[in-house]
Amino acid sequence: MTKQVQQLDRVIIRFAGDSGDGMQLTGDRFTAGTAEFGNDLSTLPNFPAEIRAPAGTLPGVSSFQLHFADHDILTPGDAPNVLVAMNPAALKANLGDLPRGADIIANTDEFTKRNLQKVGYDASPLEDGSLAEWRVHAVPLTSLTVKALEGFDLSKKDAERSKNMFALGLLSWLYHRPTEATISFLETKFAKKPDIAKANIAAFTAGWNYGETTESFSVSYEVKPAKLPAGVYRNISGNQALAYGLIAASVQSKLPLFLGSYPITPASDILHELSKHKRFGIRTFQAEDEIAGVGAALGASFGGALGVTTTSGPGVALKAETVGLAVTTELPLIVVDVQRAGPSTGMPTKTEQTDLLMAMYGRNGESPLPVVAPMSPSDCFDAAVEAARLAVKYRTPVMLLSDGYLANGSEPWKVPAAADLPDISTEFASGPNDGETFLPFKRDPETLARPWAIPGTPGLEHRIGGIEKADGTGNISYDPDNHDRMVRLRQAKIDGIAKDIPALEVDDPDGPEGGTRVLVLGWGSTYGPIAAAVRRIRSAGGKVAQAHLRHLNPLPANTGEVLKSYDKVLLPEINLGQLALLLRARFLVDIISYNRVRGLPFKAEELAGVIQDVIDSE
Amino acid sequence: MNGRGLSLVPKSDAKQSMKDYKSDQEVRWCPGCGDYAILAAVQSFVPELGLKRENMVFVSGIGCSSRFPYYMNTYGFHSIHGRAPAIATGLAASRPDLSVWVITGDGDSLSIGGNHLIHALRRNVNLNILLFNNRIYGLTKGQYSPTSEVGKITKSTPMGSLDKPFNPISLAIGAEASFVARTLDSDRKHLQSVLREAAEHNGTSLVEIYQNCNIFNDGAFDQLKDPEQRDDITLRLEHGQPIVSASKAVRRSADGGIEVVDRASVREEEILVHDAHRADPSLAFALSRLDEPAFEHVPVGIFRSVDRPSYDEQMSAQLEEAVAQGGRGDLDDLLLAGDTWRIG
Repeated sequence: MTKQVQQLDRVIIRFAGDSGDGMQLTGDRFTAGTAEFGNDLSTLPNFPAEIRAPAGTLPGVSSFQLHFADHDILTPGDAPNVLVAMNPAALKANLGDLPRGADIIANTDEFTKRNLQKVGYDASPLEDGSLAEWRVHAVPLTSLTVKALEGFDLSKKDAERSKNMFALGLLSWLYHRPTEATISFLETKFAKKPDIAKANIAAFTAGWNYGETTESFSVSYEVKPAKLPAGVYRNISGNQALAYGLIAASVQSKLPLFLGSYPITPASDILHELSKHKRFGIRTFQAEDEIAGVGAALGASFGGALGVTTTSGPGVALKAETVGLAVTTELPLIVVDVQRAGPSTGMPTKTEQTDLLMAMYGRNGESPLPVVAPMSPSDCFDAAVEAARLAVKYRTPVMLLSDGYLANGSEPWKVPAAADLPDISTEFASGPNDGETFLPFKRDPETLARPWAIPGTPGLEHRIGGIEKADGTGNISYDPDNHDRMVRLRQAKIDGIAKDIPALEVDDPDGPEGGTRVLVLGWGSTYGPIAAAVRRIRSAGGKVAQAHLRHLNPLPANTGEVLKSYDKVLLPEINLGQLALLLRARFLVDIISYNRVRGLPFKAEELAGVIQDVIDSE
Repeated sequence: MNGRGLSLVPKSDAKQSMKDYKSDQEVRWCPGCGDYAILAAVQSFVPELGLKRENMVFVSGIGCSSRFPYYMNTYGFHSIHGRAPAIATGLAASRPDLSVWVITGDGDSLSIGGNHLIHALRRNVNLNILLFNNRIYGLTKGQYSPTSEVGKITKSTPMGSLDKPFNPISLAIGAEASFVARTLDSDRKHLQSVLREAAEHNGTSLVEIYQNCNIFNDGAFDQLKDPEQRDDITLRLEHGQPIVSASKAVRRSADGGIEVVDRASVREEEILVHDAHRADPSLAFALSRLDEPAFEHVPVGIFRSVDRPSYDEQMSAQLEEAVAQGGRGDLDDLLLAGDTWRIG
């Protein structure tokens, strides 16, 4: 039977199953094959915080969405074209996102009476006609897998476990993905258990062959490789890019990296990654709590290391006092906040942009610090290097605001050459800076940074601390005018960084003079959905400008000018308008906020509608 | 005693004196405070370590005692309440060439910073923790502390405090400390001898220093200073020596524990001989309980000093091992590791 091959420009697949079904691994492997094939891609894992929620229930559903295309894309996609549902819970939890006409590949073996009842289905939706508007492919994935593995010395339960590889094989056939990498991945992963490796490969191959032979799939699809700028690429998640960025920052600053961290979702993977790279002289310290994590990092910075702490919102709350100490002692420190849904414990595995005001102001006293936010998973690399540059050059703690969406999402990344990365090294103080004496708080006239004199340097012995310091000497001072001066100096130092960061760029093919009235502004992880929405508007003939802030404090020097160049400024945020509050206060611009706080990224279609509404309003 | 605590700290060629270690800052404790005696004892003791002054760091938290670093002409970091052990851990773990000292009080280390204290002790980071125990909150003007005796009448406990105090020595031994000692602010000779051993100990040393707060808790340790009774109360702990005071002796009791008896009533061979290097901490713990009820008899000296690898030397060893196995890290290799593909 010769099957028809259809060309597509892009596809969105969502794998969904029980949290024990291996959906994240399946998604990762499909992503690796897709990356190897040369498509542009973007991924969105979505999983519960519970390690093993009760099997077959809605809270236990774990999913992985992958968007791949023959052109450059910006988001993991709004609505899947294909849903792989490993059980009734996976179908029910995801059906709402599925447009009519999309494909559903359902594992019929799991649509038992008991499993259906668990999620409130009276009858099987595969049989009662309720899915008539979708293209349902009912596949007994589990029993086909067990059958394929009959020749192996495996229990039925162990054989059933390979059903995710069967599904992966089927989808790999359906979309013409290369198979070699997955086979060698399985060989490596199960190197110590060759039987399991062989069984998984057999299941994977059986899935592929099933697609080839079954009548349930009459068409397969091809998505041609994307035309991306020349270079060497790899797929990378935000957390991995951030960890690599910190390693690069250590190399480029010539400072040993010290990470003090306490495990917390969704930031722990940065700790895990950095712990693997001791060959770079990286010391990772799993502390007794969040406060000790940042305390140890600051202690290491005092000793001349690049001190870093990684956490999520609840951890930032605990670290606040120590970050304030870093502000007043003017030592370099990087505080990575992988934001998650709050308040309090909130929804640990879901994303949000709700820590901006805490990053800006969540400390006692006037305690300004730079805030940098990456705009995509791979940009976490550059943002980490930039945070380190500012921390080292200006002797200040820097907040790096990633989020759960960036942390776990992935995209192809054009790998930079180390030689092309900026030199962010600095010099420690080595001798007196005021005649014969050393003044630990005498500032560089250009940057207002104080000298970094590390223990072990003869003649520069000095004491620093949280008590207000006399300008210059750093000795304890309660003098009212000195305090006022020091408060203003610390602020001026941070404000002055505006001269040292790129101007805010506006993407506006027509320009305000060409009739564009609306500017869409964003920060952090909303870049992709906003840019995708802007494309939609423009492809429909609309005019809209886009600008994205990577530096939230200080803001680029031209920010006010940009905001005032347009009739209307729309600012979508996954919070209740935190950046809007800051910009309104600072520039007196009547910003239009669009806010959704659902623990999920914006959808491009949703934002396109919002932008169109703003364009259409008078 | 393992004596490796200072092996990586560079030595000074110049002869040093107490004057070298005095900073130019005016000391601002209350007149008569026990902290003065401790400061003088430390300043006059550190020159004999012969270290480069720039390789010494004093880190403190918050409280009266935590002003200490300002008065030492070394590197110093007066940090925030309770966090000095955490900050010192990061410093000591990344700089094995430094002699790092934590100055803390009973409130700083046992209340707000209790968690950092116990974890520093179990990790055995190479630092020295001097715990100034005055059994009161001084800087906040006289509330009871986690070492105040039950029933303490203070501003915050007008009808007497209710909570049982910590015994810092018992706590430290329970937290797997490798070096635990107690000394007294007014006994400079003993204080300095304990500090010397603490400095040379590889790993975390905890030294509890009974320190008089003459404003809010005056006379808290008077029995130990009173010539009439101090020699009877104080049980000197010296490795290899029988544990005795002028009139009392420690021996094993019939129920398996230890007890304090009249020295005259026991034969010499019955008296417990102190073994600070004993791997099993139970006897050291039993010794730490002898001052209950408070101050009837108080063991003073080094309770425990055992050899255990320090956190920082093990951390450095892991880094060296990683380099030995795979060579020094190369950034380009790292970024290009794994699945990559080329376009164009």
